[in-house]
Amino acid sequence: MNSSDEKIQVSLRDVRKSFGALEVIKGVSMDVRKGEVVCIIGPSGSGKSTLLRCINALVPIDQGSIDVCGIQVNDPDLDELELRRRIGMVFQSYNLFPHRTALQNVMMAPIHVLKQDKAEVEQRARALLEKVRLSEKADAFPGELSGGQQQRVAIARSLAMRPEVMMFDEVTAALDPETVNEVLFAIRELAEDGMTCVLVTHEMAFAREIADRVYFTDRGVIVEYGPPAELFGNPQDPRTQDFLGQIL
Amino acid sequence: MNVFQEFFYWLYDAYGLNFIVFYDSWEFNRYLVGLTNTLYLCVICVVLSVVVGIAGAWLQTSRFAPLRWVVYCYIQFFRNTPPLAQMYFFYFGLGSVMPRITNDMGLQEPMFGNFEWAIIALTLFAGAFNVEIFRSGIEAVPKTTVEAASALGYSRWKAYVHIIFPLALRICMPGLTNNLVNLLKTTSIAYAIGVAEVLYVANQIWAVEFNVPEMMNLVLVTYLVIVSSFVWMMSRITKRMRIPGYNW
Ligand SMILES: Nc1ncnc2c1ncn2[C@@H]1O[C@H](COP(=O)(O)OP(=O)(O)O)[C@@H](O)[C@H]1O
Ligand SMILES: [Mg+2]
Repeated sequence: MNSSDEKIQVSLRDVRKSFGALEVIKGVSMDVRKGEVVCIIGPSGSGKSTLLRCINALVPIDQGSIDVCGIQVNDPDLDELELRRRIGMVFQSYNLFPHRTALQNVMMAPIHVLKQDKAEVEQRARALLEKVRLSEKADAFPGELSGGQQQRVAIARSLAMRPEVMMFDEVTAALDPETVNEVLFAIRELAEDGMTCVLVTHEMAFAREIADRVYFTDRGVIVEYGPPAELFGNPQDPRTQDFLGQIL
Repeated sequence: MNVFQEFFYWLYDAYGLNFIVFYDSWEFNRYLVGLTNTLYLCVICVVLSVVVGIAGAWLQTSRFAPLRWVVYCYIQFFRNTPPLAQMYFFYFGLGSVMPRITNDMGLQEPMFGNFEWAIIALTLFAGAFNVEIFRSGIEAVPKTTVEAASALGYSRWKAYVHIIFPLALRICMPGLTNNLVNLLKTTSIAYAIGVAEVLYVANQIWAVEFNVPEMMNLVLVTYLVIVSSFVWMMSRITKRMRIPGYNW
């Protein structure tokens, strides 16, 4: 982790994005190296979700440039599949496909999108479910799983595409307190395995423990960033102090 | 005469209730032809109108505006005019201006006969409603589910096939059943352009036998059986597609 000679996998340069007259991202730059874990914190409405959506091209940017694993995301001829097989995303509301079982949810994309061999994908999917401790729920439908279980299936589903980078958008925000930990546990394991992670989170203790770097955003700009010990221990900007004061 | 026929002959003899199709095999066969034609109309129009509905709903999500307008105009036309007038429009209006073709014996004949026109008119009539039904189903699929599919690398088309449509279909089964029931009943207007379906045949019989009440009862019971069998089948399909943990 954290070795500065690892290659940069996600790079943002002066990214701007407006929805109509509302400018949501006002010039954000950021680099994430291979194996790093980066946390983004900030008040709600500050554009954190939008930023993640820009990175995997769910939302087109207006200005600036984004590079993910050598792919120019803002290129008008972007090959979306090439981008999205490299960068996985897990959402706050899990968004599993309700008409398919947990196992099928994990298997679908590699089969439909990457046209991989079904038997090989199933083996991998079962291994991933085991990794998130849900082997016994392989044949359950999303509607039969708790929030925490659904979220872990969603993580496994993303991993089945063998991404190089994973993004998590407040993935524990909708969970009961007692199930938050099982999801954080899965993310921690991933990070320890060397997966590059970009996390938007409100779990400050978790961010502090897991992150190599923490970014504090407010109203579309990065106010300050640094190693968690510094950002949490000695915030420089009054806005950061304010935010941390309210939340801690 | 078999026992069945003897009973109905006795019924006629003793009480004047003339269910001639049940004791006269020639009339019975005539009614059977009508029934077969009605069933043909039903099956073909149900299948084709569902295809029209799916295709139209897909076209309505197109980014090419003129395509959406064409579908919109089609729906408005068929939803807001009486089906009988539509049937006349096709058979007498369009039928008379369609090019004629030369058949095997070297004779000129219309490209479509009345049976074909009935299929076209009924399909387009029910199809217009099906487009609206499928569209509302597609719109009810959560945007976040579609976004999750995109993030996994699904193209618009693949997401439609594997995720959006299967979910939309479940959502719109009740509406679809209603509209198709309506279609089954509406096939009887093919009578007006001389298609030998159940009502037409019944009319031919009562014109000779003067047994209108008996024949009308028979026609109504025939439709009752057809429609309730169909409703039973649709509810079986709906049940089979039910997703655990969801009420659609
Ligand atoms: N698709 C959209 N259309 C219009 N406004 C949007 C859209 N997505 C987000 N916004 C707005 O952008 C702002 C930032 O939203 P978001 O990125 O979700 O913030 P966060 O995740 O930090 O809470 C909010 O004011 C939100 O209303
Ligand atoms: Mg958000």
